[in-house]
Amino acid sequence: MEWLSEFGAIAAMQGFNGLSVFCVLLLMALGLAIIFGQMGVINMAHGEFLTIGAYTTYVCSSLTAHFAPSFQPYYFFFAIALSFLVAGAVGWLVEWAMISRLYKRPLDTLLATWGLSLVMQQTFRSVFGAREVSAEPPAWLMGSVNFTDAIEIPRNGLFMMGLTLLLTATIFLMLYRSRWGLQVRATVQNRLMSRAVGINTRKVDRMTFALGCGVAGVAGAAFTTIGSTGPTAGSQYIVDTFLVVVFGGAQSLFGTIASAFLIAQTQSLSEFFLSGSMAKVLTLSSVILILMLRPQGLFSIKVRK
Amino acid sequence: MFKIDQLSCGYGQSQILHDLDLNVAKREIVAVMGRNGMGKTTLFKSLMGILPQWKGQVSVDGHDVSALETHERVERGIAYVPQGRMIFPSMSVLENIQTGLPASARGKVPEDLYALFPVLYDMQSRKGGNLSGGQQQQLAIARALATNPKVLLLDEPTEGIQPSIIKDIARTLKEIRNLRDLTIVVSEQVLSFTLEIADRFLVIEKGRFVIEETRDRVDEATISRYLSV
Repeated sequence: MEWLSEFGAIAAMQGFNGLSVFCVLLLMALGLAIIFGQMGVINMAHGEFLTIGAYTTYVCSSLTAHFAPSFQPYYFFFAIALSFLVAGAVGWLVEWAMISRLYKRPLDTLLATWGLSLVMQQTFRSVFGAREVSAEPPAWLMGSVNFTDAIEIPRNGLFMMGLTLLLTATIFLMLYRSRWGLQVRATVQNRLMSRAVGINTRKVDRMTFALGCGVAGVAGAAFTTIGSTGPTAGSQYIVDTFLVVVFGGAQSLFGTIASAFLIAQTQSLSEFFLSGSMAKVLTLSSVILILMLRPQGLFSIKVRK
Repeated sequence: MFKIDQLSCGYGQSQILHDLDLNVAKREIVAVMGRNGMGKTTLFKSLMGILPQWKGQVSVDGHDVSALETHERVERGIAYVPQGRMIFPSMSVLENIQTGLPASARGKVPEDLYALFPVLYDMQSRKGGNLSGGQQQQLAIARALATNPKVLLLDEPTEGIQPSIIKDIARTLKEIRNLRDLTIVVSEQVLSFTLEIADRFLVIEKGRFVIEETRDRVDEATISRYLSV
């Protein structure tokens, strides 16, 4: 009987591990689901906005440690908000300076944002140095919670889960229950007609892009609790992120959530039985197989053409 | 009320509209008739600011809107029902109407809109793309009316719609005009439809107005000569 309870504990922890991977994937993909899924902009620099969030958190952490050590337990919330604002502001600038001129040339956007990502990476390298840095997470995020003797759940994982839930719910409400969301969805479907019903599409585009970048910034802030930050920290995630959005079906937020969940659980469960790289192979090949059968992704809105 | 003065417009180097003049009074319904390729849609697009106009002026209630962007023209009281309806297919009927509402309406659709188009009330949560052609046309008109316009521009509203619904639309348009003191400019190829609603008839030929007749003096034969190919 003892081996059974041990197996149960391992299954629970592995399941939770899958959930953490799910949260990480979803956090990254949410911003892109807005920018790529809703606006159709292929933003290769999305990972760098994540890095901006991570560095912002790092700067907050060092400043707190240096000037106000007693504020240390609380700085993290402030850092998350600031990451959102900084990444959002940079996104606003990028949309104004670059993306807004390329809406009619999607492939040029791909090249331009790729170039932008290189420029941003080099900027990080020049400012913060090539070596990875880490923000000091507040003490209450360290360690783990013991549910039973055998089951230990890390606190940063729980925090990440809460943040993901909160962010997903907020974005869902904004897209489907607010006037801004209505205007975003209208603009996506028919830019000219949206203008002709009185929507200032230029403003909507700028807001949408900035928001997507801001969400990436929040993801970056959250990532400092599980890893260190280097100039290329964000770019390693960009492929996975696009995979999640495309697999879920562009324009469907629910699809993004479901696809992040499926990919994460497949990855995490098969990692338990196979080696890490074999698990990756298995995940990717099943994604490719499903996309061959359903090129529009898991969820897509059906209307008559 | 709605005034077009020496309006010229075109694509690239080819000029389509040549110095058009038109003055539409409040509560007047004007029909712009003409064959395909004579400049009807070009006229409407340049009135909405979708195509940049080359020269001339467009004004609503004495305010010049020529330099304004499309969404600003909507704010000044021009509403547009384009050819082919162009509703937002993957949004619900309710959401389609809401896109036209000003922020002050807080997403609440005025009841007189549903009174005009009861079918839209019944289908509120249906996706716009799943409606029939006639229902989509009604939705496009309702969406335009949601912006609370002074002038309504309709580009070929009867295209591809069954005859019984065409009659409904004609009746509704007159009703809206009376309810809201609306000025309507409608482009058409179907003479029977415009004979039913219009106060004044213009025929556009190669980007120029060649015939202008009021309702009491309109000669069906002359106009249909310009419409037949």
